[in-house]
Amino acid sequence: MDILGNLPQVLFSGLAAGSVYALVALAMVIIYRTTEVLNFAQGDMAMMSTYVGLGLLVAGGLPFFWAMLGALAFAAALGAFSEFAFLRRAKEPTVLGLIIITLGIEMIVFGFASWKWGGDPRDLPTPLSPADVVVIGGVIMSYLELATIAISATTISALFLFLNRSKAGLAMRATQQNRAVARLMGIRVRRVEMGAWALAAVIGGIAGLLVGPATTVEPYMMWDPMMKGFAAAVLGGMTSLAGAALGGAIIGIIENLFGFYVSTAFKSVVPFAAILLMLAIKPSGLLARHYVKKV
Amino acid sequence: MTSLLRVENVDTYYGLIQALRGASLEVQAGGIVALLGANGAGKTTLLKTVMGLLEDQPDKGEIFFDGQPIHGRETEDIARRGIAYVPEGREVFRELTVMENLKIGAYARRDAIGEDLEGIFRYFPRLLERRDQWAGTLSGGEQQMLAIGRALMSRPRLLLLDEPSLGLSPLLVQEIFDIVKSINTDGVTILLVEQNARMALSVASRALVMERGRFVLEGSAEEVAADPDVQEFYLGLATEESVKGFKRYRRKKRWR
Repeated sequence: MDILGNLPQVLFSGLAAGSVYALVALAMVIIYRTTEVLNFAQGDMAMMSTYVGLGLLVAGGLPFFWAMLGALAFAAALGAFSEFAFLRRAKEPTVLGLIIITLGIEMIVFGFASWKWGGDPRDLPTPLSPADVVVIGGVIMSYLELATIAISATTISALFLFLNRSKAGLAMRATQQNRAVARLMGIRVRRVEMGAWALAAVIGGIAGLLVGPATTVEPYMMWDPMMKGFAAAVLGGMTSLAGAALGGAIIGIIENLFGFYVSTAFKSVVPFAAILLMLAIKPSGLLARHYVKKV
Repeated sequence: MTSLLRVENVDTYYGLIQALRGASLEVQAGGIVALLGANGAGKTTLLKTVMGLLEDQPDKGEIFFDGQPIHGRETEDIARRGIAYVPEGREVFRELTVMENLKIGAYARRDAIGEDLEGIFRYFPRLLERRDQWAGTLSGGEQQMLAIGRALMSRPRLLLLDEPSLGLSPLLVQEIFDIVKSINTDGVTILLVEQNARMALSVASRALVMERGRFVLEGSAEEVAADPDVQEFYLGLATEESVKGFKRYRRKKRWR
């Protein structure tokens, strides 16, 4: 077997996996930058949205596109509700307290999904089967992988446009930098924070809908992508959107390289080794700017 | 005639420490009112209380803007009614460009802002040169200009300025105060908190002196400037010397 000849194939599969990690990482970074909270419920909120999409598609009999749109609408509502119902209730919150609240949300969502839908893995039928492939330059690309990369890239671009060009995006960035002064500008910061949670949940939800068809839909489906996405966010510096996207791609690729050339058994460990290395060499992350926070 | 801002018997606490003790004040539309006082007198606390920035404060008392009660309201709503606050230490959005900082100042408005931007750049031509730079890379004076410009973008009726001279060179202080004056001439009422009493009294029409959380002296800028206590403690004009040339701080402040 030609070792180097397989390299493009390994890189491509890594990129497909990495683009999902990038979405999870972006979702975490959006919430972290707005509220300094690490949302550990991100993965399971996405899992629940995927179940809702599956329900709309199979039980509800909706066309694929509308079912997926419904799942994302549910994700937005779930994100906004979590912020409104749980995080906002904390009186004089500490960041640690809020992070514990997200762990609580994670347990509630996971418990609810296990009880409602059971632990059996289910298939999410898509118009794009993993078996349909196209071969370009000797690299076998499934339609699903291509769609995953395309949808991620589109989502990431749309997110960048939204944050950098729209008035709401500007308000979000202002709130991130100085909440009190943002209020002085007349920005309703609580709505902005709720919007950030909704936005993050939608982006996480897209990741869930991309993971679903590639694996199976089950309560544990998002644990691995969630951890890898978290790793990607740390690698990118936690506050940088571009860093999170890049981190996702890097983690997906090195994980696949290691899996192919060294050992599949320890494939999942590699991203964390990469983080340890990163934290030892450049703790602020790949693309994090030096951000002086006023105390 | 109703006053633009009326503060009545306001008490504000930081935890167990009382920072404002029955502070009352009226600001009529039109002029520049200077608010003087030593460190810890409660000047900044008063402004923050007016803006609703201190949670669950004021503990007691009422605040009216244009006849409407605003105490206990959200900061966002108070700002949207037409009060702009330029906080101490500038507080520009460091990782937004100058242009974005100005745009966010007009966030609550729905109408076109092109004319306002032109106005700001007329006051502060240097901001125009630096409009695509991050605000965090500006000098202290430029940040102060940006903070004032950002506040003006909301078309406020009342502008609260907290220590605009802080950390600036004397020349720059003069420049900023000249602009403050012309902003007022263009129709914005200004409440100015300042440690630089001489400079503040030179632009103000009225002045108030605060000590230990309450107002102790009020009058036209000339009257306040002529007050012997203000002359001695705020303007540094010594009036008596001992034989040996040592200043003797015997004098009792009459308002304690």
